[in-house]
Amino acid sequence: MTRHRGRGIASVNYPIGMNLGGDPSQALVHSNPSGKFTVALSSIDLGQGMKSVTRQICAETLGVPVEDVYVDTADSDTGPHCMGSFASRGTHRVGNAVMAAAREARGVMMEAAAEELEVNAADLETDGRGNIHVKGAPHRSISTKDVAIAAQFKQGKTISGRGIFLVPLSDVDPETGEMSPATCYAHACLVAEVEVDDETGEVAMVRMDSAYELGRALNPRLVEQQLVGGAWMGVSHALYETPEPYYPDPVHGPRDFVEYLMPGPGDICPHDIAVLERPAPDGPFGAKGPGEMCANPVLPAVANAIFNAVGVRIDDLPITPEKVLRAIKAQGGARPQARR
Amino acid sequence: MAKTALQFRHNGRDVAIFVDGGTNLLVALRELIGDMTPKFGCGQGGCGTCSVLIDGELHLSCLTLAETVAGRSVETLDGIKDGPNLHPLQRAFADNFAAQCGYCTPGMLMAAKALLDRNSQPSRAEVVEAISGNICRCTGYEPIINAVLAAASVSRARA
Repeated sequence: MTRHRGRGIASVNYPIGMNLGGDPSQALVHSNPSGKFTVALSSIDLGQGMKSVTRQICAETLGVPVEDVYVDTADSDTGPHCMGSFASRGTHRVGNAVMAAAREARGVMMEAAAEELEVNAADLETDGRGNIHVKGAPHRSISTKDVAIAAQFKQGKTISGRGIFLVPLSDVDPETGEMSPATCYAHACLVAEVEVDDETGEVAMVRMDSAYELGRALNPRLVEQQLVGGAWMGVSHALYETPEPYYPDPVHGPRDFVEYLMPGPGDICPHDIAVLERPAPDGPFGAKGPGEMCANPVLPAVANAIFNAVGVRIDDLPITPEKVLRAIKAQGGARPQARR
Repeated sequence: MAKTALQFRHNGRDVAIFVDGGTNLLVALRELIGDMTPKFGCGQGGCGTCSVLIDGELHLSCLTLAETVAGRSVETLDGIKDGPNLHPLQRAFADNFAAQCGYCTPGMLMAAKALLDRNSQPSRAEVVEAISGNICRCTGYEPIINAVLAAASVSRARA
């Protein structure tokens, strides 16, 4: 029995969002008489941080503290239309819609403040701490709360804004089939190192090193959380999980969480991540989105690492010990490739 | 079928309920007592999100008959905070981004508490073993392991 080490690499060019008839999302922003703002969406936050990121985008655009913004989402009865949380589109599509809505609301807020301070709205700026003041004269100031009260009870104005972001349907060239389904692309490269046991066919993850280029990371800790968790899911798809292990024959399929294989906390490996920021021209504050891309490069990198370790090329997921062992036997033993 | 009178301690408070024979502890806690912190994941002991402590020991409440906790002490996530203050483990989970969708979090916290209650300075391997009965789909486990180790080092600094 020998354990063979191998290293594999994969890179990804990942389109943000999808384009099956156009890809829109909407947002509505309004102020409450307390001077706090509500963002109404129907986009879903599954835990990936959509609420946090749209909250940041709204606060930054309005020029108010992030704690003054509340995001009300995931209910299509109360929020405007969203295509959904998939295809890594949340930050880019919904973020852009929130930005547009917040920009419109900010315009009304500045007009209302101008009326109270008896100045031109173009001469006003926000301090990001809940105040609006005359440029160069911070003492001529009014709080966003007092602006909201004046708009509501005195001026009869709604401080609100509507936003939509639409990537229109891309036409297909009838001659060449060429189209432009995405407006921006994120990128990743991942190196996986594995250890393959040539007696059992078992593959153990040794380490991963990756670089992700995802526009601007609007919330670096949330981005890191996506990349760490997504890479785990990539490992799971590469080596463990499937509902139909002998597809198309449905035998031996898992029936519950006990039988459905996924890597446990003892199966994970060190993962060193570098985040590269190249702001996207059409992204909210330059953001693209980590999303699905954090799982994708793991699968081919692991398959390549197994080839590097024992010389077998497996193109059927997940790469179970049985498949590795059969392939090693078929080629008459492990054939470690040159170490790169 | 006659109901059985059942008394036990729930997060330090005496509770008395009537249960049908065969009711499991998870249902008793959620539907009869109203403590929604233990979650229903799989209902067959495969995921760990229903984990609670019974007399300080980690148990899967979905596989525990309610009647077997008569006279015993049951602790759930609802009882681990100290008034308005989060438990050090809860604080560490937040600081280390150890939750995404949050469905596994109650079980993870109870499994981690069971570990730290008996071993205040666990190794990484001991943390891994302690949470190995709990499935997480989002985090990749690394942030959870780091959070438990961070909570242990906080309590070490306090001691």
